[in-house]
Amino acid sequence: MNQTRTRSISLLFQLGGLALAVLFVTIILLLVDAQPMEAFRLIWEGATGNPTRIASVFVVWVPLLLVTCGLLATFTAGLWNIGIEGQITVGAIFTTGVMRLFLDTSISPVLVIIISMLAGMLGGALWAALAGILKTFGGVNEIFGGLGLNFIATALNIGLIFGAWSRPGIASMSGTEPFPEHFWLPTFQNFRLSLWSIGFAVLGLIIIYFLLQGTHFGLRLKAVGKGMKSAFRMGIPTWQHMMLSFVICGLFAGLTGAIQVTGVYHRLIPSISSGYGFMGLMIAMLINYQAIWLAPIALFFAALNIGGIQLPIVIKLDSALTGVLQGSLVLFILIMQGIKQRFVGKK
Amino acid sequence: MNVEFKNINKHFGPVHANVDINLNIQSGSIQGILGENGAGKSTLMKILSGFIQPDSGGIYLDGKAVLIDSPADAIKYGIGMLHQDPLDFPPMRLIENFIVGQRGGLVPSYKETIKEFKELQSRFGFSLNPEAYVDTLTVGERQQLEILRLLWMGASALILDEPTTGISAQQKEKLFAALKILAEQGKTIIFVSHKLEDVEILCSKVAILRKGYLVGEVPSPYDTDQLVEMMFGKVISLGDRNTVAQNDVVFELRDLFVEHYPLKIENVNFQLRSGEVIGLAGMEGSGQDVLLRACVGLLRPVSGKVIVKGKDLTNKNYLEFMQNEVSFLPASRLEEGLVPGLSLAEHFTIAGEEKKGLFIDKEYFREKAENMIDEYHIIGRSDSTVESLSGGNQQRAALALLKKSLSIILLEHPTRGLDIESAIYMWGKLKERCLQGCSIFFISGDLEEILQYSDRILVFFSGHVSPPLDAATTSLEQLGQLIGGKGWDQVFEIKENYESNANT
Ligand SMILES: Nc1ncnc2c1ncn2[C@@H]1O[C@H](COP(=O)(O)OP(=O)(O)OP(=O)(O)O)[C@@H](O)[C@H]1O
Ligand SMILES: [Mg+2]
Repeated sequence: MNQTRTRSISLLFQLGGLALAVLFVTIILLLVDAQPMEAFRLIWEGATGNPTRIASVFVVWVPLLLVTCGLLATFTAGLWNIGIEGQITVGAIFTTGVMRLFLDTSISPVLVIIISMLAGMLGGALWAALAGILKTFGGVNEIFGGLGLNFIATALNIGLIFGAWSRPGIASMSGTEPFPEHFWLPTFQNFRLSLWSIGFAVLGLIIIYFLLQGTHFGLRLKAVGKGMKSAFRMGIPTWQHMMLSFVICGLFAGLTGAIQVTGVYHRLIPSISSGYGFMGLMIAMLINYQAIWLAPIALFFAALNIGGIQLPIVIKLDSALTGVLQGSLVLFILIMQGIKQRFVGKK
Repeated sequence: MNVEFKNINKHFGPVHANVDINLNIQSGSIQGILGENGAGKSTLMKILSGFIQPDSGGIYLDGKAVLIDSPADAIKYGIGMLHQDPLDFPPMRLIENFIVGQRGGLVPSYKETIKEFKELQSRFGFSLNPEAYVDTLTVGERQQLEILRLLWMGASALILDEPTTGISAQQKEKLFAALKILAEQGKTIIFVSHKLEDVEILCSKVAILRKGYLVGEVPSPYDTDQLVEMMFGKVISLGDRNTVAQNDVVFELRDLFVEHYPLKIENVNFQLRSGEVIGLAGMEGSGQDVLLRACVGLLRPVSGKVIVKGKDLTNKNYLEFMQNEVSFLPASRLEEGLVPGLSLAEHFTIAGEEKKGLFIDKEYFREKAENMIDEYHIIGRSDSTVESLSGGNQQRAALALLKKSLSIILLEHPTRGLDIESAIYMWGKLKERCLQGCSIFFISGDLEEILQYSDRILVFFSGHVSPPLDAATTSLEQLGQLIGGKGWDQVFEIKENYESNANT
């Protein structure tokens, strides 16, 4: 009874945060002499106006969901896995690399797709483990380690696209030579959306939900995240658990990279991670690290991303506006959470 | 400053932690607050110092109603509080810590502040080095720093929540002398404690809380039995000493040499028998905590051997000791003992040795937690987070979490923060384990506790360790002298004999 009351109070504050974020963006729009209602309508239209757009929203939803699933594991262990972007990138590089090996062989394409995606997961996990090793054995905070590894991953990616894997004659920002169609993840009718990737995302969500909520491992991770010394004294091998959480996150990030390569772009491109890793960090904070809210919030973010594409086309506003909306949403909801804690704490 | 509580009520969910409390404290007096664990003492003090707000009722300072909304507000009104569980200190120098609390003035004057600091501390006979880092201080020294800081910020009422747990006898004397000086200057002192003898020598008046109610106020001089009866609603007596030690050795230190700056503990030879209880006596920082940590792999010895049940575990880590049925319970409960943010049920799930499948049987562990809550008289629910428990109840939970199948338990201040009744009960629980062959190694700052419950005693003095003394033939006086560094010639004679005996 009491709990439902605190729940509804908390929902009220979240909605308040949402309202403030919208207000904030409205003010910005007014300042630049744009019409706010028009902009919001365009975003809505852009996301839901026709089946292609709806499909595109889901194309973005999948990677957002997957990376955030992974980030929930590291957040639970008390870690800020800023290196997530690099882990996506390395996952994509591994997938591309392995797929290139099999291009001219007679092995069944289905098998090749499976092997390359597993390779992507391996790559992501390795890159994440590196951040973990730096932290555990090198004493490098995972935030700095992750930032450094992100730079290296990006450099590696660009190096490959313009070097070893460049398109014959025309190395360019458009990426590597696209893979032949039978190496693509099968898509849904004519859309870029693959039912397989939706399946992976849903499966990932279910796995992470039960892993963190229902298993002994998840509880031990939580203990490590909330009090490392005490957890160790209660018999939990702490650094091993942190390492595992990095690896789990890396698997998800690597899978994300693999899907971007096999299902969306069908090649390696320079900005293959598309900033989804950082958006995942925002989403994780926004849902207060609770897996239940992940699917709808990720969908909302994806819709904003796709809807924003219409802005520069129709009313000459930069599509970064949706980024502003997303960022301010996180800020205002966090602020409201802080206010709520003060308010409820007083009672 | 005259401090008055009027009709204070505070609920935490279903718990009514303070019920209609009315209490008037004269300026210049030292007011004692007594009560069993979970009686509501810390809650009342946190209300006065702005950490929590009452549901109803008010606080009057010198007759004026005030609204204390935050600790910063409290200090503005001149109220400062020393906490039961010392809050985190950042790794800063003492003087920086001091300057951080400064009001006004953009650029703190380093030199001047140091001068003022020295002046202030000389008034109380404290001798803290302003250039030292805060995290190198003992609990007692942090407390002195905190008192100085609060006074410097202009506190005219000081609240001390169980200040004497964890400090040495000498530090306690200094503390009491300082509090008396402050009271004479007209400051109001509120002193919360479980130790009747402390309250009796220090306070001019005590208020007794039980289950959230103020059950009475008594002026000095006191009748101890009356105080105990008011606290618990019944008379309490200590149990008899009893020994259940057997002859087989379960734990052994051979020529152990541990170093932990600035202490060097050399040449420790020692055997623990099954069912035996060994008390480690000494002033805080004399090396007993260092030795205890070296015994469980939390600190690497420089040389020598640690042998558990015939197995050489030297240089193994703590987790391996745990696998060999050794467990260690440190003094800082929320830092090293329990995980803040996790519920009791979650703690029992982690600590449990059964039902270790992939998925958690939540129903089972909820029930287990509820049973343990009953068995150990913990005031709290299975879904209460550990930081919402009162200090004493956190300690009970930590003890309840010790695995069933242990052969050696090492405890740092096992009854710190427990009221007398719970302390006796806890020792009953520990002795039950001894009957089944479990051995106990414990540190305590309370010499009477050591004499009452140990079979043998190791005394520490600045890194020196005495040979085991028989508790039955050691007196409180003797022990007090030894921890103060007196009478060691005699002890070393015994030690030589002991060692030559051990060698033959
Ligand atoms: N933040 C909180 N949330 C929920 N319950 C709380 C909280 N703080 C205290 N309580 C409950 O209020 C009661 C009184 O707690 P309080 O800390 O005042 O006891 P105490 O007299 O200081 O005991 P101790 O001697 O053990 O420190 C206890 O039952 C405790 O569990
Ligand atoms: Mg208390």
